[in-house]
Amino acid sequence: MGMTITEKILAAHAGRDSVQPGENIWVDVDILMTHDVCGPGTIGIFEREFGKDAKVFDPDRVVIIPDHYIFTANEQAHRNIDILRAFVKKHGLKYYYDPDFLKAEGMPSPYADPKRTSYKGVCHIALPEEGHTRPGEILLGTDSHTCTAGAFGQFATGIGNTDAGFVLGTGKTWLKVPPTMRFIFEGELPPYMMAKDMILAIIGDIGVDGATYRAMHFDGDGVARLTMEDRMTLCNMVIEAGGKNGLVTPDELTREYVLERVTRAGTPQAMTFHDNDPDAQFIFEKAYNLDTLEPMVAKPHSPDNKATVSEVKGTKLTRAYIGSCTGGKISDFVAAARLLKGTEVRIPTFVVPASTEVDAALDTEQVDGTPLRKVFQDAGTIIGPASCAACLGGPADTLGRLNKADEVCISATNRNFPGRMGHKQAQVYLASPLTVAASAIRGVITDPRELIGSFV
Amino acid sequence: MEKTIRGKAFVVGNNIDTDQIIPAEHLVYNPSDPEERKMFGRYALCGVPPADSGLPEGNIPFTRENEYKSDYKIVIGGKNFGCGSSREHAPLAMAEAGATVVIAEFFARIFFRNCINGGYLVPYETPESLIEKVATGDDVEVDLQQNRLINHTRGTETRLTPLGDVLPILEAGNVFEYARKAGMLE
Repeated sequence: MGMTITEKILAAHAGRDSVQPGENIWVDVDILMTHDVCGPGTIGIFEREFGKDAKVFDPDRVVIIPDHYIFTANEQAHRNIDILRAFVKKHGLKYYYDPDFLKAEGMPSPYADPKRTSYKGVCHIALPEEGHTRPGEILLGTDSHTCTAGAFGQFATGIGNTDAGFVLGTGKTWLKVPPTMRFIFEGELPPYMMAKDMILAIIGDIGVDGATYRAMHFDGDGVARLTMEDRMTLCNMVIEAGGKNGLVTPDELTREYVLERVTRAGTPQAMTFHDNDPDAQFIFEKAYNLDTLEPMVAKPHSPDNKATVSEVKGTKLTRAYIGSCTGGKISDFVAAARLLKGTEVRIPTFVVPASTEVDAALDTEQVDGTPLRKVFQDAGTIIGPASCAACLGGPADTLGRLNKADEVCISATNRNFPGRMGHKQAQVYLASPLTVAASAIRGVITDPRELIGSFV
Repeated sequence: MEKTIRGKAFVVGNNIDTDQIIPAEHLVYNPSDPEERKMFGRYALCGVPPADSGLPEGNIPFTRENEYKSDYKIVIGGKNFGCGSSREHAPLAMAEAGATVVIAEFFARIFFRNCINGGYLVPYETPESLIEKVATGDDVEVDLQQNRLINHTRGTETRLTPLGDVLPILEAGNVFEYARKAGMLE
């Protein structure tokens, strides 16, 4: 019987010719990633179970990327970075991206130059940038959005500290082979739409539990035509439908993108390109036509609380936020800047690049000859340093955190369950960076098509 | 594993995500530090909006203010319990507060896995939702051998879905003990 890409990758890593959905198998893990929030717990479990002097399974396959609670005065958060530093030193880990500006108590001054810091920012964006994502591999990370890397044709999923502690010592884990759901997009993404609208449409259709224990494969011409960053947005939010992993069939675009980054970083270059067999079994299939999809939002307080932007337009907002692993890539800021150029925002608007590479690119990428950073400055937005920042609330002093009950925020991030960005009563509308930018300009939820002049 | 677990039930709704189970601001504590670990018990389920906390009445905190332990041993939710992030702090926080069993119509995958592999909570699924059949404070008993929930307050009995192939890991204690028994770890 034919296999899906997910089944092929898992079979290859279990030393098997084939696997079937529902089977529990032990697999070899290629890369294990952790960060400052789950790293200390993972390290504690590793040392408890394997001993203080135990060695990690492979120091070149462990990637540690502090990103969550960096720009805070919280002393435990700082202490957690020190735990990572000590572990990295003890085990001689090569792939650690230290917030080198974090030296003293209190709120740290951010890096002076994003190009001259070892700090990278949000792990899911830093992983591909630093050459740790490759087609055919298994990537596990102590963060639910690890599924982002499915965009590169690999199996990538989030795990807890115990699982990560186990992998750290053995390089192995058990996985239940998921059945695959297939979402086929035909047509071309219109200029007022982004991949965020595509995934919000899917989550709205299948629900926040619609893909529980399943793989989500994004297929069709409409997906093949997407940039790598758009593919990352799709795979990033499979967890919001309960999905185990997301996948896009790797192609020449994937090869070029990955090769450029692994070459730059000096990381392994071997890639394995799998495709779904013609007779592969899918547990669910749904087709979308990109020509007829509309800009989408997820209303408070659930990512599946779907509406078209036109259905909620005019909703009064107190804040707008563009950032995170979902909406903080350079393509997200290019899109936002196309609308923000020459205008001013009416509500506090936060621009938080996911990574220091994205931050640096705000100076090199331009819209009509103006660097993005200047566009955002002129528009009156608040630009923060690269981090997860307010996407998940975090400590009370986190930039952009919704600390008040009456905040109504439109956000390019990924989750809007109660309290996600701070206060339990605060309302969060999830939308594409384009829709967030359009809404920031008007102060109410706004369909980007209303500012269509920018696209002509 | 014990054969039966009896205690007070705490009932919440559908889609209780990990930010409600343990809000992100509290993730600064290191679960590997015994003193800091207690803080997770203090804040377990504190992110659930008050009206939805302790159904059907609501406005009942899982752990009372400034306490570290909860009065409730068995947590009952609806669909998709534990959705959201991969933070293992979520089952850990509930266990640290004193919960031993969590029952839901079904669980989000990573939360379920963390319950099992970390040996924090016994995660039982049910053929139908129990959130309208059990009230917060009910005296309930989980029979792990016969996979049923006995509600002593109401005199009712409900089937729980057998734990299936994860049972050996729960019985071993956690994934490490399981792997040692299976000869995979020294």
